[in-house]
Amino acid sequence: MTKQHANWSPYDNNGGTCVAIAGSDYCVIAADTRMSTGYSILSRDYSKIHNCKADKAVLSSSGFQADVKALQKVLKSRHLVYQHQHNKQMSCPAMAQLLSNTLYFKRFFPYYAFNVLGGLDEEGKGCVFTYDAVGSYEKVGYSAQGSGSTLIMPFLDNQLKSPSPLLLPAQDAITPLSEPEAVDLVKTVFASATERDIYTGDKLEIMILKADGIRTEVMELRKTLSECWQHTLSIVLIRISTLGSLCYLELCLKFSCVVNRFSFSYL
Amino acid sequence: MFRNQYDTDVTTWSPTGRLFQVEYAMEAVKQGSAAIGLRSRSHVVLASVNKAQSELSSHQRKIFKVDDHIGVAIAGLTADGRVLSRYMRSESINHSFTYESPLPVGRLVVRLADKAQVCTQRSWKRPYGVGLLVGGLDESGAHLYYNCPSGNYFEYQAFAIGSRSQAAKTYLERRFESFNESSREDLIKDAILAIRETLQGETLKSSLCTVSVLGVDEPFHFLDQESIQKVIDTFEKVPEEEEDGGEAEAEAAAAPTEQGGAGDQDVAPMEM
Repeated sequence: MTKQHANWSPYDNNGGTCVAIAGSDYCVIAADTRMSTGYSILSRDYSKIHNCKADKAVLSSSGFQADVKALQKVLKSRHLVYQHQHNKQMSCPAMAQLLSNTLYFKRFFPYYAFNVLGGLDEEGKGCVFTYDAVGSYEKVGYSAQGSGSTLIMPFLDNQLKSPSPLLLPAQDAITPLSEPEAVDLVKTVFASATERDIYTGDKLEIMILKADGIRTEVMELRKTLSECWQHTLSIVLIRISTLGSLCYLELCLKFSCVVNRFSFSYL
Repeated sequence: MFRNQYDTDVTTWSPTGRLFQVEYAMEAVKQGSAAIGLRSRSHVVLASVNKAQSELSSHQRKIFKVDDHIGVAIAGLTADGRVLSRYMRSESINHSFTYESPLPVGRLVVRLADKAQVCTQRSWKRPYGVGLLVGGLDESGAHLYYNCPSGNYFEYQAFAIGSRSQAAKTYLERRFESFNESSREDLIKDAILAIRETLQGETLKSSLCTVSVLGVDEPFHFLDQESIQKVIDTFEKVPEEEEDGGEAEAEAAAAPTEQGGAGDQDVAPMEM
């Protein structure tokens, strides 16, 4: 008698990648904006970054976005309660502990969320906390989570040697890079990950946290495996329309739209 | 004569159809220091008098933020008020979580009133000994409600509760018709003037009162001592004959300029 397996899963993976890097007085948190399911795209413009309204902590999560959304809502409510009780906003280390406890609370039906929490600690230095799905966390100098993490993490280990947790004795958990250099590194890393990971792409949302506030940058990423294909397709369509057939043109345009969303690895 | 026989339990009616325990609870509200609320079409101002137990202690916090769009001022048993504020905050957060939109004030006061009513119909409970002035903003504009220990609630344009509140009420009765169209600044000024009425002779200083505002495009927040003092200065003339008065005014003016120093200590509220 073969074991029966569930024909329905409460989870789904919506893909995407999140990265964070901590600096001496800043923290960079970045995530792509592609949301997918299976081999299809659900949205090209869905944000995985959540500003906890604590001006020193920003959460970015990949995984199952319904769970991510629920997790963000729980954290937001808990943060409000904290503010009422303590008359101040939560610090980043405090939010880190809260997130860990919240995740472990659902140890036996976990949030399918792979989190990276970035912010400034009590001294104003950047800090990044990285999590697994059930709340195990660690303060690190940089981290990547999500579908592109296996591509990005080794590269960050190579580039950001000193804050690497792989070095012994443990060194300072922040990178000596300046803020523009770190942002540049993040852009490079995502551009490369987009090339090889089908679940990463479309747009890159970067949040830079500093003592005086949060700045957001958006960068375009590759939308299809070969973007020149889209361009070629549009040229072919224009040539056809000059030969006369409007109906045919409409059909071709419709086809290209379907293709755009349906299967991004084939074109 | 009859009062003593029928006032032991909250679940005992008197022959004249009164629940004395509930009425006694309303008396407790009158023991607390004054709290005042007024509203215009777009703003609500809550103000209270800072009363300290003794010269050595700090004063009790009487105004609480419930949410960005709701604030509450209490008078009476502060402990009961704190507990009810926590309840209101929890209701507001839960509503925001489920519906992703702010809790309408009208619904909050009904829940509060129902909670108070329960305590008037259980033999093992006692009524809450605190009156609450709930000010909030929702889609239909600004609202001010008063919740009694009896479980009743009423909507007001302006109201005052606590000790010597009658003087404030008299002042508000003269002016309330203009409140709806008042500007934010005028509303604040009226609130502070109403507070002055309750002080009855005592010089009005910014350290003696707490003022909070909320409105359209303005989340609930407290006014700092400097702003309050500026408003006071527009109508209080520094009396030259009264040495004490003059010194007090100067002190109150100097205190706010020391950022978080002595000025803050004066009004540092006891944390929850």
